[in-house]
Amino acid sequence: MDLFNLGIRSIFIDNMIFAYFLGMCSFLAVSKKVSTAIGLGAAVIFVLTVTVPVNWMLNEYVLKEGALSWVNAGLADIDLSFLRFIMFIAIIAAMVQLVEMVVEKFAPALYGALGIFLPLIAVNCAILGGSLFMAQRDYTLAESAVYGFGSGTGFCLAIVALAAIREKLKYSHVPNGLKGLGITMLLTGLMGMAFMSFMGIDL
Amino acid sequence: MSAETVEKAIATKPAEALLSKRRKKLVSDPLVDENPITIQVLGICSALAVTTQMKPTLVMAISVIFVVVMSNLVISLMRNTIPSRVRIIVQLAVVATLVTLVSEVLKAFAYDMYKELSVFVGLIITNCIVMGRLEAFALGNKPYDSVLDGFGSALGYSWIILAVAFFRELLGSGAVFGLPVYESISSLFGPDFKLATNGLMVSPVGAFIILGLIIWVQRTKTGYVEH
Repeated sequence: MDLFNLGIRSIFIDNMIFAYFLGMCSFLAVSKKVSTAIGLGAAVIFVLTVTVPVNWMLNEYVLKEGALSWVNAGLADIDLSFLRFIMFIAIIAAMVQLVEMVVEKFAPALYGALGIFLPLIAVNCAILGGSLFMAQRDYTLAESAVYGFGSGTGFCLAIVALAAIREKLKYSHVPNGLKGLGITMLLTGLMGMAFMSFMGIDL
Repeated sequence: MSAETVEKAIATKPAEALLSKRRKKLVSDPLVDENPITIQVLGICSALAVTTQMKPTLVMAISVIFVVVMSNLVISLMRNTIPSRVRIIVQLAVVATLVTLVSEVLKAFAYDMYKELSVFVGLIITNCIVMGRLEAFALGNKPYDSVLDGFGSALGYSWIILAVAFFRELLGSGAVFGLPVYESISSLFGPDFKLATNGLMVSPVGAFIILGLIIWVQRTKTGYVEH
């Protein structure tokens, strides 16, 4: 039940976009059409669900203070957590590459649909942010898998919703200076306000 | 990432002034006309998360300036030896090393700030401005020019996030840099007078709206229109 709660929390309450501003760059750049937004959202869900548990293992068995004690009792007081950033980003870049190759080999249709979004994801803040939050909050393996999936879903939901609004926005008169980024920021603010209503839910 | 053409390395005469007109432009362009946040739409992720107060924002701005300038310098020095197929990994490694440095320094000398910024220091790695400048400029230009270019872009980023933080802290907590501005103003008008703070500004929503308005004002002034 706790896992279910965590999933709901990470989708709605701790939404990557509206609560932590992670992944804003691609959120703004790829939200012009619903179909591409769905593609990016799916890729983010996929990569987050894979990388957060993998980074959990890396953190638990290599980087954490005393994590190396399973190799040799003499290594118990080694703390490699300062290597976290560089290792996490390396894992993410490698996993994205791997996922890309696997998808290309076994699901060419999906690969075609995701297109350029897969490689782009390596530099998406939401992915690295997911792993860093996981390390900071001391999740277990199951929790980190659920968290990865949940926060990916939250991102997907937000980007698809914004893309749908922006498609409609094409037909309205927007002041010149506000066109594009400006109006999108205001829209995101309003959507964030709507998402704030989930905060009252106590799970 | 905006499709900015890679500037060709200009064969300068050895006697080019330390701050020639072209070099001044490298620094001044990103401040307004080519601002990374409001015009190029880069680096928004971290721009908003830390801006509830001025102090952490200033620390963030300084960290980003350091990382962008240093990574531009390092990549520019190595530009002729990096094979283009693995350049992304090389760039990520350089940037991640610098960010680790920043985070360790913060941990040692400003632990409270380190706690407050939490994961957002680490997220400088994926700040699009850093990668954007490396790709668009440092890979094709000399070290000194790259440093100036990185400095300009990071400054453009800094003043925008400081502006956002100023309004959010003033309207949301009634303070500037932790100084209680609202309280002192209220006390001028007698004991019953009290300026109300707006709780929305402290929440993420305030950041989006303030930044949206800043972009509106700035683009109206520069006349930039997105199509």
